Amino acid sequence: MSLLETVIFAVIKMLVIVVVMFLTVAYSVYFERKISAWAQNRMGPNRVGYRGLLQPFADVFKLLVKEDIVPDAAHKPLHTLAPFIALFVAFATYAVVPFGPSINLFGYDVKLVVADVNIGILYVLALTSLGVYGITFAGWSSGSKYSLMGGIRSSAQMISYEVSMGFSIAGVLLLSESLRPIEIVNAQYGWMWNAVLQPIGFITFVVSAFAETNRLPFDLPEAEPELVGGYHTEYSSFKFAAFFLAEYANMIIASCLIVTLYLGGWQIPYIDKLGLGETLTVILQVGAFIFKVVFMLFFFIWVRWSIPRFRYDQLMNIGWKVMFPLSLVNILWVAVLIMIFNL
Amino acid sequence: MNIELILFIILATIAAVTSILVITRSNAVISAVFLVLNFFALAGLYLLLNAQFISVVQIIVYAGAIMVLFLFVIMLLRTDGEPRIFSDKRYIKYFALLISIFVFIQVSYLLLIGSPSKSVTGNQSASINSGTIETIGKELYTNYIIPFEVAGFLLLAATIGAIILAKKKFE
Amino acid sequence: MPFSNQEYLHLLPFIIIGVGIVFSVVIELITKKSREILPWFSILLFFSTALYSIYTIHNKYILFNGMIQVGGKAAIFNFIFNFAALLITMSSIGYLKKYGSNFGEYYILIQSAVLGMMVMAGSKDILMIFLGLELMSICFYVLAGLNRKKHSANEASLKYFLLGAFATGFVVYGIALIYGVTATTKIDILIQNFSAQSSNIIFVTGLILFIIGFSFKIAAFPFHMWVPDVYQGSATTVTGIMSTAGKAAAFSVLIITLTAVYTVNSPNIFSPYFAAIATLSMLFGSIVALTQDNLKRMLAYSSISHAGYMAIGLTASNSYSISGIIFYLAAYTFMNIGAFSIISIIEGENDSRTNIQNITGLNASKPMLAAFMSLFMFALAGIPPLAGFFGKYYVFIGAIKSGFTWLAIIGVFSSVISVYFYLRVVVFMYFKNPTEDINTDTSTFSYSAVIISGAMVLLLGLMPDLLLNLILSVVNW
Repeated sequence: MSLLETVIFAVIKMLVIVVVMFLTVAYSVYFERKISAWAQNRMGPNRVGYRGLLQPFADVFKLLVKEDIVPDAAHKPLHTLAPFIALFVAFATYAVVPFGPSINLFGYDVKLVVADVNIGILYVLALTSLGVYGITFAGWSSGSKYSLMGGIRSSAQMISYEVSMGFSIAGVLLLSESLRPIEIVNAQYGWMWNAVLQPIGFITFVVSAFAETNRLPFDLPEAEPELVGGYHTEYSSFKFAAFFLAEYANMIIASCLIVTLYLGGWQIPYIDKLGLGETLTVILQVGAFIFKVVFMLFFFIWVRWSIPRFRYDQLMNIGWKVMFPLSLVNILWVAVLIMIFNL
Repeated sequence: MNIELILFIILATIAAVTSILVITRSNAVISAVFLVLNFFALAGLYLLLNAQFISVVQIIVYAGAIMVLFLFVIMLLRTDGEPRIFSDKRYIKYFALLISIFVFIQVSYLLLIGSPSKSVTGNQSASINSGTIETIGKELYTNYIIPFEVAGFLLLAATIGAIILAKKKFE
Repeated sequence: MPFSNQEYLHLLPFIIIGVGIVFSVVIELITKKSREILPWFSILLFFSTALYSIYTIHNKYILFNGMIQVGGKAAIFNFIFNFAALLITMSSIGYLKKYGSNFGEYYILIQSAVLGMMVMAGSKDILMIFLGLELMSICFYVLAGLNRKKHSANEASLKYFLLGAFATGFVVYGIALIYGVTATTKIDILIQNFSAQSSNIIFVTGLILFIIGFSFKIAAFPFHMWVPDVYQGSATTVTGIMSTAGKAAAFSVLIITLTAVYTVNSPNIFSPYFAAIATLSMLFGSIVALTQDNLKRMLAYSSISHAGYMAIGLTASNSYSISGIIFYLAAYTFMNIGAFSIISIIEGENDSRTNIQNITGLNASKPMLAAFMSLFMFALAGIPPLAGFFGKYYVFIGAIKSGFTWLAIIGVFSSVISVYFYLRVVVFMYFKNPTEDINTDTSTFSYSAVIISGAMVLLLGLMPDLLLNLILSVVNW
């Protein structure tokens, strides 16, 4: 493949992903509203389009035409920068998530991932650790005490849970012996999913992912009863939409990561034994990946509408005194697995 | 002019300019923001040197963890602009000037006159040439296992110390 | 490449302390009685390590691809560090209760500091020196400010931390320059290439920065500013280990880096530097100590002047004077820990009663303590036949052998000055009537620390050849 072709393929993949992302994000909002309605035994959006299917577009349009208010006490450059950081970080992470094995397309062998880099997981960790800046800057630059409280809570929370998240990932890396997401998926061939092999790590990772995405029961940075809207209290119009989108994009990326790291990525157990055609297999596998991600999304939303919010001290105690030791136990467990079974 | 040189010039300029901005802003938060930018430029420079691991660690550890804690502390403090404590102490200015001249002479000497002598060993340069995570991991767990372990004890002692100084309850 | 089990076996002293630290953390975690268990556990660790080190002194190995060495000089230093920590742990048992910071973590930090010192003394790679130095220093910063309710301790800790970090900055900058020029951190390779590099100004600058950084750590004159306040403000037992084992560790680094340079390359280009700091430290320490009323502060200034005497050995830098430094460090460790242990016994609540007036007439109430205190003071002053005398003697002889007679004369002159303030303590104890009750704490362990130190001071004084021959037999390793 020549350089030009590589670039063209990368651009196409990026475009596809960005479009799909925006649609998914928009529809995950719809998804969430429908599920919350189901959980609370009501109808949910049902006016715009068939069963409210066009509701997300109406929402976005409404947000875009609103007036953009910047408070007087705000630090304007940072106030503007913050939502873009949040959005950028949320979208940039998709570059390394593989959504399928390589596919033979027009005579080219195309990997179904935007960037197949050998430090993919570290890249994800780096971006996640940057995600906190969007929220922190938003909180500080708004010049409002609710925002500041939200920003500070979020930085403390994300740093605390990043630790157990990193250690959970270390367990995965021990088994896959690579930081390349594709290899991690390949290492989970058949039923050797990491969720099966290291259930403790799976649990700590999922819980940390909830905390990192600021989703309930860890949504203290925007706890409505105490902090109005938390870090985005002072945002309106497009900037608010950016935060809103970033939150859902983060949820999707968290689902993608959980699937890639623990639920076998695109793998369907023993599909190669069925003797299907190559293209059909790939399509089925991409379908499996999407199915798993949607399932995790449902799980995220389901939890949100079932579990109450933690108190701040409980949150910190869980992070440092439960999740962190558990993730260490998981590493030990994986080491024992490797020692005994030579995995 | 190849692309690496252009990238180097861009990143180096960003690093230099942001580091000046860090010390000239009176608002501590803005200084911290520029410091983060500076770290990014440095991470880019590491990438140009093929040190991918160091580059990512620079972002994860410095930009992602340490600076967030910095910001955390700064935000909890008052940010009404820093009082100019050194403005009336002139000798400190002269002292600073002296030191910066010294460092400047030293750096220009390093760049222009003193050529770094050849490596006196051959065996280390091989591992340094590739900064991939595999090489670094291999070196850390074979040749540098003892420093690695000592660093572990260092961090343990520092953790214990920090907890005692901050949290120990006196009866 | 994987390392053989044999290599791990040779690393046993380090492993004992390292595993001990981990176990101590676990003990601290699982039991409420940790502060009763941990001192004894530490004493066990230090005792076994000290014994093992001195027992395997002739098993010399360079381990782990030239990272660390065991046996030889490193073994003697390990013995000094562990013995010092052992004595300090003994006197801490009673003292910490009085001082109000009777924490189990205190002992873990002492263990970690000892591990750092052992790494420093055994290092064959500049990287290891730096890691060991940081491990030791960080533990000392915390130990100095252990009781955060005391302002003096806070001040001591912060001052020590800031100036110590500054000194470490010098060391790191020096290491960076050395590495930048030579592309290696291995001390042996650096030494082989020393004469080729010594014309390179960057290399020499790096080396000078490195030495300046360690001049801070040994508390020599132009870099001594932190010493009096830190020694006075810290807990007395912490000062005890900081001033002895800490100083010995810093000297061990100077010895392993510089003497190796000297033995390969005969001209000693650092002699003028060390001659200068030796002269200044000896005179400054002795003269300023004359006017001190606080015993801890007086010993702090005396510590500066002792650093000066030891620096004479570095100036002369023949194998005899280097052996003299090591002997001196051992002797100084016992004399100083003994003196600080006695101060920790007579000290009252809240840092009170550490002044010289508070021991007025000690002989009347506690004749044993007074006798031991006089012993340590005579030893520190260098009066024969006690350990301190032979320390100075060997260093001065070494200096004369290398043609630094004038330095030895200044040393003797400074010793004569220092006799005044050491004897002043003795005069206060014996020839003045007590003005207040001296109620000492009743912990017998503190007394045993004093007795062991006193015995060692006498032993080294009466049979100096015992240790000196051992040192001479391994000094070139």
